[in-house]
Amino acid sequence: MQQSNFYVIAYTAGLTIICGLLLAVTATGLKPRQQENIALEQKKNILASVMTLQPTDDIKSIYEKRVKSYVVDFEGEVKQGIKAEQVAVAEEYKKNKEDRLYPVYEILSETNPAKTEYYVFPVYGFGLWDNIWGFVALQDDLNTIKGVKFEHKGETPGLGARIATEEIQARYVGKKIFEGDKVVSVVMQKGEGQDYSNNPHQVDGMSGATITGKGVNKMLLEYFEGYYNFIKSKSNNKISFNQ
Amino acid sequence: MSTQTETAAKVQSAEPLFSKKNRKLLVDPLDGNNPITVQVLGICSALAVTVQMKPALVMSLGVIFVASFSSLFISLLRNTIPTRIRIIVQLAVVASWVVIVDQVLKAYVYDVSKQLSVFVGLIITNCIIMGRLEAFALGNKPWPSFLDGIGNGLGYGVILIIVAFFRELLGSGSVFGVKILGADSLTGLPYQGNGLMMLPAGACIVIGLLIWAQRARNGYAEEH
Repeated sequence: MQQSNFYVIAYTAGLTIICGLLLAVTATGLKPRQQENIALEQKKNILASVMTLQPTDDIKSIYEKRVKSYVVDFEGEVKQGIKAEQVAVAEEYKKNKEDRLYPVYEILSETNPAKTEYYVFPVYGFGLWDNIWGFVALQDDLNTIKGVKFEHKGETPGLGARIATEEIQARYVGKKIFEGDKVVSVVMQKGEGQDYSNNPHQVDGMSGATITGKGVNKMLLEYFEGYYNFIKSKSNNKISFNQ
Repeated sequence: MSTQTETAAKVQSAEPLFSKKNRKLLVDPLDGNNPITVQVLGICSALAVTVQMKPALVMSLGVIFVASFSSLFISLLRNTIPTRIRIIVQLAVVASWVVIVDQVLKAYVYDVSKQLSVFVGLIITNCIIMGRLEAFALGNKPWPSFLDGIGNGLGYGVILIIVAFFRELLGSGSVFGVKILGADSLTGLPYQGNGLMMLPAGACIVIGLLIWAQRARNGYAEEH
């Protein structure tokens, strides 16, 4: 069957319009649900950095009860009128460190809502193939890591993608980010199987994923520096790191 | 009386929905003409999404859906599709379905869609689907094409799930996320997860063994 050029062009145009319409309707119709999922995922990750969640837990209600959030700038000043949940960390990451907005999530004590138990900071960076991000939770001394939660977009499964596993994340628990007044962060080492339990600033590496590890190190250092002024102003009211 | 004979004649001329021929379309790809083990198509995603059973199952459902509905639509359009651009038309139809599946997964099973990541999008390039459109749907009626799509999707899914079963069991000692082997599991048998099974290389070995076992049983050999 030989068709005219006009038929072919009209056919393509018609097909494009129909497919485009169908996709537009689907995408718009499902968007609210997808955004809800993304927001819930973020809340889940914030909570998961400090506690073990069961699949049956009602994330929303725990989050509303236990989390107080606000936004600070590089100088550590609280920014009014911006909700922490609405700050797109991925977008902020593209700006200079000094110009970024820094969301802070305080996890309140379950028994005493006036007391902050942990501080959770979002972090964002680049691994081997694509972006990596996550949350770091500090104890109320704002120095000791309570837990971390990393996610990635395209790290190699079984190698760099291991940053999203509990096995790797557990290595950060109890590590310190300050040495005196200076941010030294926590650095993932090259090679795997070493014991770094005596060193508060080092964790065991991931075999075969050194570059992803470096990305994580850079991400952590960059964001601890970003939050430095905030941490300092917070802890000046409490304790000095030099103690 | 006359109406009875008329209906009888109608039934005879219209093929039953699940005639022997149509059943064959559905069942053949499961074993004798399996897209993965016999035709060796769709291997890439079979290696990638079979670390655990849940993503493998969702991926299979996605492929069954896309394969069947793409076949249906291409078959409906088969007499209007300009031959010169038929591949582009096929691609547009397949891609539309795939994007719809991806969007629905993101809205309703967000965690699974995150695990599958790019592989849902890559259903578009799955040779099984394009192959069936080209070889079957373009020349057959909608209903047999639809069945053929389901059959080939199922054939792909069966292999995916078998591979995922062995990989998850041997790699992390669990099935569908339920711990079967290992110290803190149901059976309590001591077991150390086999890291190789977590890597695509493990899938390659499992698929290789499956192909071997199936071909040995069916006596199928590649033509030289």
